[in-house]
Amino acid sequence: MSSETMTLFSPALAARFDALVQKYPLKRSALVPMLLYAQDEIGYLSDAVIAEVAERIGITQLDVRDVASYYSMLRFKPAGKFNVQVCTNISCMLRGGYDVYERFQEELGIGHKGVTPDGIFSLEEVECIGVCCWAPAIQVNYDFHDELSPAHVPGIIAGYRGKAHAEAGVPDGGSSSPRWKPLVEGTGLNA
Amino acid sequence: MPRLVSHPDEVKIVTRRFGMGAAQIDRYIELGGYEAAKKCLAQGPDWIITEMKASNLRGRGGAGFPTGLKWSFVPKQNPKPKYVLVNGDESEPGTCKDHLIFLHDPHAVIEGTIIAGLAIGAKVGFIYLRGEYRYLLEIMEKAVADAYAKGFLGKNIFGSDTEFQVITQSGAGAYEVGEESALMESLEGKRGIPRIKPPFPAVVGLYGGPTVINNAETIATVPHVIEMGAAAYAATGSERNGGTRLFCLSGHVERPGVYELPMGYNLKKMIYEVGGGIHGGRTLKAVVPGGSSTPVLLPSEIENLGMDYDQVGKAGSMLGSGGVVVIDDQTCIVEFALRTISFYQHESCGWCIPCREGTDWLKKSLTRFHAGFGVAKDIDNIQYLAENMMGRTFCPLGDAAAMPTLGFVKKFRKEFEDHLNGKPCPFAKHVELAVI
Repeated sequence: MSSETMTLFSPALAARFDALVQKYPLKRSALVPMLLYAQDEIGYLSDAVIAEVAERIGITQLDVRDVASYYSMLRFKPAGKFNVQVCTNISCMLRGGYDVYERFQEELGIGHKGVTPDGIFSLEEVECIGVCCWAPAIQVNYDFHDELSPAHVPGIIAGYRGKAHAEAGVPDGGSSSPRWKPLVEGTGLNA
Repeated sequence: MPRLVSHPDEVKIVTRRFGMGAAQIDRYIELGGYEAAKKCLAQGPDWIITEMKASNLRGRGGAGFPTGLKWSFVPKQNPKPKYVLVNGDESEPGTCKDHLIFLHDPHAVIEGTIIAGLAIGAKVGFIYLRGEYRYLLEIMEKAVADAYAKGFLGKNIFGSDTEFQVITQSGAGAYEVGEESALMESLEGKRGIPRIKPPFPAVVGLYGGPTVINNAETIATVPHVIEMGAAAYAATGSERNGGTRLFCLSGHVERPGVYELPMGYNLKKMIYEVGGGIHGGRTLKAVVPGGSSTPVLLPSEIENLGMDYDQVGKAGSMLGSGGVVVIDDQTCIVEFALRTISFYQHESCGWCIPCREGTDWLKKSLTRFHAGFGVAKDIDNIQYLAENMMGRTFCPLGDAAAMPTLGFVKKFRKEFEDHLNGKPCPFAKHVELAVI
């Protein structure tokens, strides 16, 4: 895809993708990281994202969907601005991972794969995230928080909520937070 | 940020530079970095492979295959390009060692990749990290860029005529991709589904070229082996098990953490001395010795158990990926078994029927059992299912689900029986209602 073509992505990401497809012996090797980076920017893999990635790599949209549906980090629906991923696998479970997970459910009022009405948070129970020796642990987007107890939960939530409000220009303690909007609304199959 | 721990019994070889700022290339060089790669460049491939064989270094991903031997399988002359592939898709529950390696010593991974490339005659190396490790990928990317800037990577590495390129790659969440052939599929931009073997990757691998695939810990160990000499490295470990390994001690111990201990280190000592014993003064019920796919061991089985591939194998389990998960007496084994199998059910790629259906049924049976609706026949059924999954799948994920299940059922049959007739589980942490 030449740089004059319309792109969904920011100029920086589009440039990164132009470089990425050149990096490998086969263009298609760029697919998995490309989908993840696209999702990081857009929020999820919308029809438009899938179409553009397919075009950049030169494969069909069906091929892209086939691959994307395999990987657990890739999603076809918007998540919250901050996706809270709580590990409950064995090492975390033994040290109270479920207590942490339940506390998040209570505080956020949502369950597995739920999104809060203000769109700031989503919650997921995930498999091992590779922080076993510092269990229980969670990942919020890509940030790890380890050696947790349920008591840490409200503080973590408040921290991220503050960040979301600051970015949206809502004064601290503002009661109504604006709905977090993904840049591209889903259509058809994805909605 | 993961905390570093330390114990006097540790032999710091791979972790030597941890916490010393070695992620900065100048600091890494100051600490003796990239000398091993230079030496290998001067000595040539045959010397490297002989050294690696003599070091008794065995693959740290779980299978424990001798690294030198693996490298020697790659054909010397081949029409297709050869590749080195570093497996940093660390996803085995209980394992978090590569996390620390990427965080504290990314250049050791790069240097090891260069050496592996020199040994097999590859010009390109890939370093694949799981998608969740984004901040570690950024550290690796910076390290790779710095190594290019110094001329340690590129067309003429260390000013020689030899070319070596390193490409970092991110996964996007899949345990199965830790299996070597699924890893190659993922790197080729496909679903992470295993390939049938033979042909083995050493002959037909990535993009059809001969490929050496090593765990990130194995690769990070390579420069240290060259640096200290194969004989000295081998002498650190036990018989046929060279050197040290990074044990990830987690679960119910007082001092969990990643400890680098010599191969063959006593497991009981590891739990009670290195790990400070069972937390809260409780007693040991069982221990998973090498990540969640390895069969559980009882306290009576670990008295004289040295942690190396052969001894743990003899004890009926596996050294695996080094994830030692300690379980105290107030843990429900049925729940633990259910959580273990739930993981494999979630991660099964669905390619082979015994694994796809087997993990699903095991999860259903154990969920029912855990909720108190099990019947006596279920125990035998669980065992029968697991036995029939073993060895009947393309990749080891089917075995990885079946082996621990068999361990739990055989060693804790009494506890399974105690769950019959709607008896509530005394230590259950999380019960889901089973509707079957």
